[in-house]
Amino acid sequence: MFFGKVIGTIWATRKIPALNNLKLQIIQPVDSRRLPNGAPIIAVDTVGAGVGETICYITSREASIPLPEPFAPVDAAIVGIIDRIDLENF
Amino acid sequence: MVLGKVVGTVWATRKDENLTGLKFLIVQHADMDYTLKDQYVVAVDSVGAGVGEVVLVATGSSARQTDVTKNKPVDAVIMAIVDKLDLAN
Repeated sequence: MFFGKVIGTIWATRKIPALNNLKLQIIQPVDSRRLPNGAPIIAVDTVGAGVGETICYITSREASIPLPEPFAPVDAAIVGIIDRIDLENF
Repeated sequence: MVLGKVVGTVWATRKDENLTGLKFLIVQHADMDYTLKDQYVVAVDSVGAGVGEVVLVATGSSARQTDVTKNKPVDAVIMAIVDKLDLAN
């Protein structure tokens, strides 16, 4: 599971049917201090995150598990919207 | 998923027989402002994408989760054709 920030949205009408009515969001991966950390990716949004929100997302095959139709070619999915991050500084 | 542009096609007659009948498209990775990156992937097409179209590619085991690629040695599949991309500034 990784942190990210929603920075945009993708619209695609021609796609695999299992993705119908699901939002495709653009995620900027961030570190635990919410600073950019890697290239943006596209993830399915199953929790209704808004642009600008910090989220956590999962990757690889497990990303299709939260979908209404799990048999779908999805390798990234937003699974939570972050309220607060408590980080012990070592 | 990765954003990319279809820039070509791969034809291979001698290949794993499980791959017969699949269409292999060359996808060049792109940034969110559509500038093309020096990174490519050969992906199986499952939505009828054509050369020049901007697409999304799913990789890894997720790529086998379509009727076209189920139980086949495939780790990258084109699963959406992008109509529009909204980027918050």
